[in-house]
Amino acid sequence: MSSQQIQTGSVTPVTNPPPSSSPPTGREGSGSLEPSSAPAVVVEGLWSNVWKQFKRNPIALAGFYVVCFLLFTALFADFLSNDKPYYLQYRGKTYFPIFRSYLIGAGLSQWPPALLNVNFKKLQGAEAVFPPIPYRPSNIDLLAPYETPSPKHWFGTDRLGRDIIAGMIHGSRISLSIGFVAVGIAVIIGVILGALAGYFGSWVDLIISRLFEVMISIPTFFLLITVAALLPPSIFLTMAIIGATSWVGIARFTRNEFLKIRNLDYVTAAIALGVSNRKVMFQHILPNALAPVIVSVVLGIAGAILVESSLSFLGIGVPAELVTWGSILHEASSATFAWWLAVFPGAAIFITVLAYYLVGEGLREVLDPRLRGLR
Amino acid sequence: MSSYIFQRLLLLIPTFIGVTLIGFLVMRLAPGDPAELRAAGGLRGAGEAALSRDKRSAVDEALSQWRAQYGLDRPLHVQYGVWLKNLFTLNFGESFKDNQPVWNKIVERVPVTVKLNVLSILLVYVVAIPLGIYSATYSNSLGDRVTTLIAFVLFAVPLIWAATMAIVFICGGDFLYLFPPAGLESLDYSTQWSFWQKFKDQAWHLFLPVVLLSYDGFAGLSRYMRSSMLEVLRQDYIQVARAKGLNERVVIFKHVLRNSLIPQVTLLASILPALLGGSVIIETIFSIPGLGQLGYESVLARDYPTVMALFSVSAILTLIGILISDLLLAVVDPRIAFGRRQ
Repeated sequence: MSSQQIQTGSVTPVTNPPPSSSPPTGREGSGSLEPSSAPAVVVEGLWSNVWKQFKRNPIALAGFYVVCFLLFTALFADFLSNDKPYYLQYRGKTYFPIFRSYLIGAGLSQWPPALLNVNFKKLQGAEAVFPPIPYRPSNIDLLAPYETPSPKHWFGTDRLGRDIIAGMIHGSRISLSIGFVAVGIAVIIGVILGALAGYFGSWVDLIISRLFEVMISIPTFFLLITVAALLPPSIFLTMAIIGATSWVGIARFTRNEFLKIRNLDYVTAAIALGVSNRKVMFQHILPNALAPVIVSVVLGIAGAILVESSLSFLGIGVPAELVTWGSILHEASSATFAWWLAVFPGAAIFITVLAYYLVGEGLREVLDPRLRGLR
Repeated sequence: MSSYIFQRLLLLIPTFIGVTLIGFLVMRLAPGDPAELRAAGGLRGAGEAALSRDKRSAVDEALSQWRAQYGLDRPLHVQYGVWLKNLFTLNFGESFKDNQPVWNKIVERVPVTVKLNVLSILLVYVVAIPLGIYSATYSNSLGDRVTTLIAFVLFAVPLIWAATMAIVFICGGDFLYLFPPAGLESLDYSTQWSFWQKFKDQAWHLFLPVVLLSYDGFAGLSRYMRSSMLEVLRQDYIQVARAKGLNERVVIFKHVLRNSLIPQVTLLASILPALLGGSVIIETIFSIPGLGQLGYESVLARDYPTVMALFSVSAILTLIGILISDLLLAVVDPRIAFGRRQ
């Protein structure tokens, strides 16, 4: 019986439980579940329902498309901005250098001697098709420092003549992966601690709640720069540190949901049936507790991106040679005439963060109407 | 009331121990120990691998002496005790950079950061609360929608971007020169100036940093204020107040406002750590000689004693902020002091 309530986590259709046996789970109150005309029909899972309602909010949908666009950019960064051509006809042979560089990266292939360490743009008598941005962020051109935006360099160049839009395209990878990995870590810590606190209550809850208070009292940003300064600069460490300091919100939401759900009849039934604590917590309660947590996860991604950009703006925790949105922005503060160094990467961070906020707000309105209007 | 204060202070103890414990453990994260860090410069200069065996053992001996001097050969919990004692006696050791006592460096800079943060908190509340009241009173009007939208967008503006844009466009680069790009006083500042002149100079320098530090806070807080007003407006006693013919102004400012202010007070506790983080960025960008800038410079210089001291000081400032917000909460909401916890 209890397993029928758990519709979360999968898009696969779940059979509708008889109405009388469905206890209120607190999140079905959005009036979303259309009353089925015939008995025993198949209804959609929570997530396809959420998507249906989410689609009706054009602003949130716009945010979602922006996030998709960013994912696309990050995924295909090598194809959007690269100093190698897609296609190359050289000395009677045809090459696909970008694809080939992937094979070489995987150790499956080698550069042919004719193309080893060459500048693809200066090959004599070659026919090539380049990506829209024919630069990589690492391409230094000391003859063209601080170029204003032009058709050649869409967003201009920096102190070393590196193309800004190339840096931004490849920087989107760092921004996105920071968001996902850091929040992934935060979710693991937060959900486990929140679940333990909410499920066991009493002294476990007391101790874990104290821990929440400690984490809130800590000046997180100061802790971050301290830790990042003590450890060697590494993007993965930065992700881990951001994750390890940002789980409190998620943990609190999880705890509150667990406190509510653990007193529902179906949980009592599961416990009475002798289901192990771990199974009750993570298979029976967690799927129903996830909805509000999801919102804080989406907002957490935005937060992690903000923190990472601030850190790389300050030049802490991220290797110096890595081009990120924050590190480009930092160059503007010492070269105040180069307005393009300030405008474009900052706008990228802003738009990304705004998009995640919009998605988060949209999800919140769909998943938890009680929270409508709250931040 | 006094028993409530006592209770709060008591509850602060585990939090304090937790925070300092994390601080202590973070300090232990440092690669090597302070002794080795101090010696590392010399060792690297000589090329560690090139050291002959007897020289190496001499270095090791010096290191172990250092460790004994710093108490690093004792068990961890003893070290933590010593570290706590140093914290209470404000003995943070000497800076690696210039051998000055760390505490003196911090004391010099506290007033600047406190001034920035207090002004920012004031600005946050002065802007956010009227905005929230307006938005909730005229909810769903055009004005409400516009302010809500602006607050939402403003909340997403990264501080580093806003500050850099300000520096580039309105602080005397190639564009406008409306505000000074650096420092807290003009170059020709003199103590002989009249009060008005000093005030004008201060205001001119502080305006941008304070606005930049607080916009994120007032954007967030005005939204909290709006929703907490709306929540109170839905309550029965407001219906009663209206039904007995009270003027809407009295209903809003006397009945609704007081109750919806309660949650805003607790938010002070969460604004403060954010402000301290923000000061690192703002003080660095605007070259303001406060704690944030000191922190940033020490981090870059790997000046561990200063970094650790700053971490502890900002943690304690945050704890004080939390305590103040708890006490204020008891003032605005007498129910809390009577033991009815939320």
